[in-house]
Amino acid sequence: MSHTLTQLTYLVASVLFILGLKWLSSPATAVKGNRISGFGMLIAIVVTLLDQAIVTYQVVIAGLAVGSGLGLWMARAVKMTSMPQMVALLNGLGGGASLLVGGAEFLRSELVNEQLPIDTSITIQLSVLIGAVTLTGSFIAWAKLQEVMTGKPILFAGQKAFNALLFLAVIGLSAYQVSVPESVLWPFYAVVAISLLLGVTLVIPIGGADMPVVISLLNSYSGIAAAMTGFVIRNEVLIIAGALVGSSGIILSQIMCKAMNRSLANVLFGAFGAAAGGGSTKTAEGLTVRQTSADDAAVQLAYAKSVIVVPGYGLAVAQAQHIVREMADLIEKKGGEVKYAIHPVAGRMPGHMNVLLAEANVPYDKLFDMDQINAEFERTDVCLVIGANDVVNPASRTDPGSPIYGMPILNADRAHSIIVLKRGMGAGFAGIENELFYNPKTAMLFGDAKGSLQKVVTELKAL
Amino acid sequence: MEALIVSVIIFTLATFLGVELINRVPTTLHTPLMSGANAISGITIAGALIVAGGEHGWISTVLGFLAVVFAMVNVVGGYAVTDRMLQMFKRKPEQK
Repeated sequence: MSHTLTQLTYLVASVLFILGLKWLSSPATAVKGNRISGFGMLIAIVVTLLDQAIVTYQVVIAGLAVGSGLGLWMARAVKMTSMPQMVALLNGLGGGASLLVGGAEFLRSELVNEQLPIDTSITIQLSVLIGAVTLTGSFIAWAKLQEVMTGKPILFAGQKAFNALLFLAVIGLSAYQVSVPESVLWPFYAVVAISLLLGVTLVIPIGGADMPVVISLLNSYSGIAAAMTGFVIRNEVLIIAGALVGSSGIILSQIMCKAMNRSLANVLFGAFGAAAGGGSTKTAEGLTVRQTSADDAAVQLAYAKSVIVVPGYGLAVAQAQHIVREMADLIEKKGGEVKYAIHPVAGRMPGHMNVLLAEANVPYDKLFDMDQINAEFERTDVCLVIGANDVVNPASRTDPGSPIYGMPILNADRAHSIIVLKRGMGAGFAGIENELFYNPKTAMLFGDAKGSLQKVVTELKAL
Repeated sequence: MEALIVSVIIFTLATFLGVELINRVPTTLHTPLMSGANAISGITIAGALIVAGGEHGWISTVLGFLAVVFAMVNVVGGYAVTDRMLQMFKRKPEQK
């Protein structure tokens, strides 16, 4: 196949990727968008297979078969609650592929004693650096989310200086590698090793609750790594696709940071959750909470005209999304209206809670963003908080001493009455007391979210 | 160097285009957006295939094979799981 035709096909693939992302702007066209993007990928792969540079097909076909099989199996088997881990893994593999392609290209040129142009040498180093950081960083993120390792920040003395040193070492070695004319391999292997280590040391100090930001950022890195590989092998479709993904990850990280009222630098280097707990100026001493029972909660919900459900990650952990929907159906049958208020950081990754509720057949037009629904709380009869804590903590508005001060929250405390489903009185992730629980309008329903909701549903049916 | 400049221009313009496109995606679809974007970044497969099929010694072949596997898991896994999620959003509200 001629070079021009190959290039043109890559252009078509790029256009299909762009169209795919464009159609992702509405749930109605999103399925079509994803498939058209997939079709773009298919033609890119087919046209690459016809390239003259490919002389043997056994290895290629074996790789394609193994990769497709594994990918399909993962996509089928993964639970919706584990989606953040899945995305972390896929990010890591994408970064790994860039590392491998960059590395192979470098070793090939050394083997045949080819003098690479300086720009290719530089982009190889970048492709390897970013790819390696993405690979190990994503696996650490995966391990934290999967709770294979502790979700708490792992800190040691001089950590920032150590990371800075590693980074400078990589840059120095890369520069040396690019500048020496004779064939040396050790700086290259050192760059690979240090970059892999850097991925680990950059992610371990970040707490489990900040993983949404980290995953978004690593998503961005995997795109940039792909683009760098595109620079190395002079392939525009890689550059375009990589740039698109790179910008997507950066935007999502920004949205997540804004939702937590923290800067990206603070998330990455601030080790939130390590020092927190002592920061709060208010304690709960002398305050009492009002407890309620499932029967009372059911009565209250049955007669409510308007209900807003605030789901938190606790709901997902308890796998209670299906029973929530059952409850909402019953309330609606009795004439009440049920909406869901989704805080941007409600799940473990951007938009995670929406996926979990969609899985439970909650129609997407009942899900509302924070900005859309915050004004409605004061006109709402009952606000039902399920397994959420920090995102409804009024301290973010009133207590300048609180670590979450300034974080945008859902105005749950402004509803006429509030029911909080919670396992016990433990503090939220940030280790902060929540004034909402001591509000006279609030009733606490203690117990496992799924069990409590089950009882409420039984009572609602009996009413 | 000439070719590099062209590539840098393409990269920069594509980044701006990406920002415009992604800003229009509603919060509801951010998780499928991430997995879908992830699948797109699996385009590294194009580089991986050429490395794996190139016969530049066994090291290149081994690295190439691994690269093809990694990128292909990224591509197939990414698109398939995104499709699975988006199907859930497509469901009609009344359907039980």
